[in-house]
Amino acid sequence: MTAAVSYLFLQHYWWLLGSVLASLLVFLMFVQGGQTFILTLGRTDTEKTMIVNALGRKWEFTFTTLVTFGGALFASFPLFYATSFGGAYWVWMAILFSFIVQAVAYEYRKKPDNFLGTKTYDVFLLVNGLLGPLLIGTAVGTFFTGSAFRLDEMNHVIWQSPWRGLEAVANPINVVLGLTVLFLARVLGLLYLINTIDHEELYERAKKKLMTNAVIFLVFFLIFVGWLVMAEGYAYDPQDGRVFMEPHKYLHNLLQMPVVLIILLAGVVLVLWGLFVSLFKGSRMGIWHTGIGTVLTVLALFLTVGYNHTAFYPSYVDLQSSLTIENASSSYFTLKVMSYVSILIPFVFAYIWYAWKSINVRKITEEEVTSATETHIY
Amino acid sequence: MLQNFDMSLVDWSRGQFALTALYHWLFVPLTLGLSFIVAIMETIYVKTGDEAWKKITKFWMTIFGINFAIGVATGIILEFEFGTNWSKYSWFVGDIFGAPLAIEGILAFFMESTFIAVMFFGWEKVSKKFHLASSWLTAIGSNLSALWILIANAWMQNPVGMHFNPDTARNEMVDFAAVALSPTAINKFLHTITEAYVVAALVVLAISAWYLLKGRDVLFAKRSIMVGSVFGLIGILMTLYTGDGSAKQVFRTQPVKLAAMEGLYEGEHGASLVAFGLMGKAEEPGNHPIRMKITLPKMLSFLATGDANAYVPGLKDQIYGNEEQGILSFQEKAERGAVALQTLRELKEAKDSDPARYKELRARFEDPQWMKDYFAYFGYGYYQGEDPALLLPNVTMTFYSFHLMVALGFWFLLVFLLALVWGIKDKLAGKRWFLHLMVWTAPLAYLATELGWITAEVGRQPWIIQDLMPNMAAVSNISATTVQVTFWLFTLTFTILAIAELKIMFKQINLGPKDGGQ
Repeated sequence: MTAAVSYLFLQHYWWLLGSVLASLLVFLMFVQGGQTFILTLGRTDTEKTMIVNALGRKWEFTFTTLVTFGGALFASFPLFYATSFGGAYWVWMAILFSFIVQAVAYEYRKKPDNFLGTKTYDVFLLVNGLLGPLLIGTAVGTFFTGSAFRLDEMNHVIWQSPWRGLEAVANPINVVLGLTVLFLARVLGLLYLINTIDHEELYERAKKKLMTNAVIFLVFFLIFVGWLVMAEGYAYDPQDGRVFMEPHKYLHNLLQMPVVLIILLAGVVLVLWGLFVSLFKGSRMGIWHTGIGTVLTVLALFLTVGYNHTAFYPSYVDLQSSLTIENASSSYFTLKVMSYVSILIPFVFAYIWYAWKSINVRKITEEEVTSATETHIY
Repeated sequence: MLQNFDMSLVDWSRGQFALTALYHWLFVPLTLGLSFIVAIMETIYVKTGDEAWKKITKFWMTIFGINFAIGVATGIILEFEFGTNWSKYSWFVGDIFGAPLAIEGILAFFMESTFIAVMFFGWEKVSKKFHLASSWLTAIGSNLSALWILIANAWMQNPVGMHFNPDTARNEMVDFAAVALSPTAINKFLHTITEAYVVAALVVLAISAWYLLKGRDVLFAKRSIMVGSVFGLIGILMTLYTGDGSAKQVFRTQPVKLAAMEGLYEGEHGASLVAFGLMGKAEEPGNHPIRMKITLPKMLSFLATGDANAYVPGLKDQIYGNEEQGILSFQEKAERGAVALQTLRELKEAKDSDPARYKELRARFEDPQWMKDYFAYFGYGYYQGEDPALLLPNVTMTFYSFHLMVALGFWFLLVFLLALVWGIKDKLAGKRWFLHLMVWTAPLAYLATELGWITAEVGRQPWIIQDLMPNMAAVSNISATTVQVTFWLFTLTFTILAIAELKIMFKQINLGPKDGGQ
């Protein structure tokens, strides 16, 4: 990387990488979505075992993506990390607790002498499935609606609400985004189970549930997008960094960055296409379209809130404390070093893909989860 | 100065970090070491085609999996806790500290989580060779995860490769190699992972010894002891070697910690090493006379510097200064630090109102001599006019943690040697007393490794970043009550999960390798 690569370019590059991680995370929350059906979708023990094992072979990817997302944000936008985590304390703690209990649940639920009993571990999975997407979605809502903080001259955060982030639920738009993400996760979870498990009755039941969940998801999603194009947004002046409110800021961003608009539209079309073929054409491959569509849609939304002189973590109590990719990033040197490391990311994707494929060669069947040779069953 | 800080918040925040870190470290060392032991065992299976080795591999893999899950559960919080509870720290050094964390996520965590899935679910689906490669990659991935976080920790003990930027009020990285390859980081990494191998090897020995005592799974136990004792012997020798390297580093970069580890009050030439000692009550700051001790003459000077007659400064030198040795007193350091703090505050005030003054102050932060004379003591500035005792760690705790850890280390060396010799001669089954000792050494392994962290972390107090940031200046602006609530929530959650994990482990051990684990 030569000196020709500007600081501004690196800030945009790392926002892009963070956005890619975020969009992958939302897609991978199909694990959480699937977990919300743990008590209701499977009727027999074997059915339930198939569902849990289908999800249990993937949970670590979601978890690792969340952790990497946290690490990457810390490294590339440390002021966001310090401000949001240190400020919205209770929101992040609630999210973390729901992931802590998930991490042991799969491995321990069926182990003999596991102290809490299978039922408790299943409730852990259910709690994580509901709270994870709901709270993460709600927290991301504040990227658009703003939070209650002020930064002092040493860039230390002073949160202005005693609720430490939980006040975000007072804004209906944050909750709408939280519910959108929750129902999207549920939709993706069903599509994933449909794709992975070879079992007729489960398939029929999943398909029925898919219809209701898809409709609810779409309603919330449309409310959010409707709000987004109408909303006043947090813009900043590229010359002096001053933050101000701009009517229709996010709509302007989409129009001024046609590539982002195209990504968004392509994403939405793919999401809908995956749902359509799954619901009406009997396809079991819908997870691919809807999954890729999800990644594109979320990516476009993150680019909308971070690019084009937009404050990505705004403060509604003190506009000038708002965080932008320019004022919240790491130094030029750190971003440059990390950019070298990022060259390895495609290689990481490649081996994940290869390993994932190699253990997914066969669909999960009743025989497999009840067989004696398969020694690792959750 | 200190009245501006809520010390109860600082204590609860430290308590929460200590609690979560110590819990995390109960499970991690076993997985770091066991992942390699499993890979070695599987390699023997693939080479020999002996199904018994496959069973052995699978059993230890099950133990690995149980620990891995809770290691992950207790680990996620640590990464986010820097932000939630130490947000001022996160800003002050995020430019340096964040990078290793990100690299850890990108390069190590994905490697670990991808190949662990192949390890557990791939037996019937992928080729033997690919499965074996996955086991090795899981081991390498988990050890790489340890590498980056330990680099980050080492940097807090010995901050290098950065420059303070007064405009953003943070330290910025200028030399990545200095951060990643600092001698502190290398020693810390090697010392930590090799003693993790020791923990894993001692657990393998303990479980196998228990089977021998019960007269069951004899072939399994004997084979496991052979692998475990060779692996453990290499581990403990490297642990002792890197421990010596760490002590030399501590002498150079954290002399107060070294003095506390040794309970050294008066500095001296040809200082002797305390092999065993009982601490007296503190009489004045830094005076913790050792009531009873057995010492090795000149050994401390020799071990710390390589010169048996070298001067090792004591706590008194650090508090009151020692001109002859070029050591500044705490008071002098506090005065200089206060100048740096005040300069930064004035610079912030002048920024918009007085450009000329701003420019003049700004220039100081670019002047290497001023940075060395004043900014190097930035953190001491918070203690101007305060009791110097506040700048000392808990000497008693540091002293005992360190000595007990070292004593245990030598005990482990003996255990591995005896296990190996008697294992080769196939005499273990007849030495029931030694089998009992092997069983009871496993909990000591956990004790020793936690004591190591207590030595390293308590011994550096009050610094979160050596000399630059005391812990009180690093905490988030939250109420102590808030942290109390999460402290107790973590205590409850982790304790319940730890009980569950122990019960599951003991059950699996009881079921034994016949099933190949479940």
